[in-house]
Amino acid sequence: MRMVIVAGTPGSGKTAVLIHALKSLNVMNLKSSVVKIDCLYTDDDQKFAKIGVPTKIGLSMDMCPDHYAIYNIEDMIGWAEENESDFLIVETAGLCHRCAPYTMNCLGVCVIDATSGPNTPLKVGPFLSTADIAAITKGDMISQAEREIFRERVYEVNPNCKIIEANGLSGQGCMELAEEMTKSKEVSLDNEELRHSAPLAVCTLCVGETKVNKKYHRGILRRIDGFQDYEGE
Amino acid sequence: MINEITIIGGYDKHGEKEPVKNISISKGEIFGVVGPTGSGKSSLIGDIEQLAQKDTFSKRKILVNNEEPSYEDRTNPRKKMVAQLSQNMNFLADMSVGDFLNLHAKCRGASDKCVNSVIKLANTLTGEPIKKEHELTILSGGQSRALMVADVAIISDSPIVLIDEIENAGIRKHDALKVLSGHGKIVMVVTHDPVLALMTDKRIVMKSGGMQKVVSTTPHEKKISKQLNKIDELMLSLREKVRNGELVEDIELNLEI
Ligand SMILES: Nc1nc2c(ncn2[C@@H]2O[C@H](COP(=O)(O)OP(=O)(O)OP(=O)(O)O)[C@@H](O)[C@H]2O)c(=O)[nH]1
Ligand SMILES: [Mg+2]
Ligand SMILES: [Zn+2]
Ligand SMILES: [Zn+2]
Repeated sequence: MRMVIVAGTPGSGKTAVLIHALKSLNVMNLKSSVVKIDCLYTDDDQKFAKIGVPTKIGLSMDMCPDHYAIYNIEDMIGWAEENESDFLIVETAGLCHRCAPYTMNCLGVCVIDATSGPNTPLKVGPFLSTADIAAITKGDMISQAEREIFRERVYEVNPNCKIIEANGLSGQGCMELAEEMTKSKEVSLDNEELRHSAPLAVCTLCVGETKVNKKYHRGILRRIDGFQDYEGE
Repeated sequence: MINEITIIGGYDKHGEKEPVKNISISKGEIFGVVGPTGSGKSSLIGDIEQLAQKDTFSKRKILVNNEEPSYEDRTNPRKKMVAQLSQNMNFLADMSVGDFLNLHAKCRGASDKCVNSVIKLANTLTGEPIKKEHELTILSGGQSRALMVADVAIISDSPIVLIDEIENAGIRKHDALKVLSGHGKIVMVVTHDPVLALMTDKRIVMKSGGMQKVVSTTPHEKKISKQLNKIDELMLSLREKVRNGELVEDIELNLEI
């Protein structure tokens, strides 16, 4: 099974770009199954169903969607195998900016919206810096100069990635993305590892504390002045 | 160095061969693309943007200097040969004009001296002065378009410029096209604006997704184009008058060339 993990902020164009790319795979007689991981709500399953690919959704609720995706990779691969698909495609909402769901042998695709400002690539963290491909969307709405600046900023964060300037409306660049998918490696579940270790609970807030006052907090506590401390046992 | 691009015809929407089999455009030339909505203008522009190799819906093939561009040349964004300008594009960056141009120049490895040249050139294209300390996001449509054209001419060194409908821009369109072709660019412009369409050297007529024919602009049309440009200049100066709160007393329109 080959696995493509697509991460990106909400509304960045992940589904739009994927739909064009999956159509190209279809033309090459390659079948895919899609899982959409989101936090609270998604209607992406209906959009994928329209192009006739088997689709499943997973809602992570109060858990980080990337953690949730990682826990479920085995089941998702099993399901894609049952569907006799060539590819498992996982679309995940990259919300927490500390995690990245890519495994060593998957094709890691970060979809990033060019209208979100030239500093965005510096802010999004490991889901961009550890990606194989950065698909930059919505370039049709900004100036040539901003597109060029945005592209350089992406290279600053991830010098080795392949940048695809994609358009979710016209499908531009999506064929190239499909082409890259066909070059991706097989994943072997037994030895598959994360590229970036995922922080989970680092403090009592992570596990449900709601009080704001400092005296209630335990764990790794980092102050705004840069001072970091470990409180607790 | 790009001296010429060639479009080799593919198929239209109905799967019929396009009547135009191939067409070459050279450095410094301006080509128009005309045709009704849905006739395939944008996909032609898209094919050139991607330097298509029979891998798009139209199955067109684009040659550069009569050769197939390499995969690397087609897909390495740093080597992009095509710059685009369209009506939908806006400056969204939260920066001053000067800082922004500096950043762009730095990204392209250009000297920061070009910042002043860009602003100077942009100011020849619009009636509303653009200053270095202006915030990008408050520029008017005309100022933005003028700055984009000047920036593409001077800082983006892509040899091919594709322009998608800049008719209502409030800039000196005629001069804008001249500036781009004068900087040795291959210019293609999608337009129904006679001021622009008649100043191109040739125009490709699109129908049902296919290139139907290529029309060469006649010397007579070139003359009309100059007259239309005078009307355009007049409109721009009236616009300035109105903007400055002046009264418009009469119009001086001399169409003699
Ligand atoms: N102008 C423009 N709009 C785009 C582009 N790509 C996507 N969009 C639009 O952006 C909106 C969001 O696109 P989606 O594909 O749903 O985004 P997403 O990343 O899948 O969003 P979530 O799954 O909700 O996180 C849609 O209205 C798309 O039509 C693009 O390249 N240009
Ligand atoms: Mg989506
Ligand atoms: Zn997380
Ligand atoms: Zn915590």
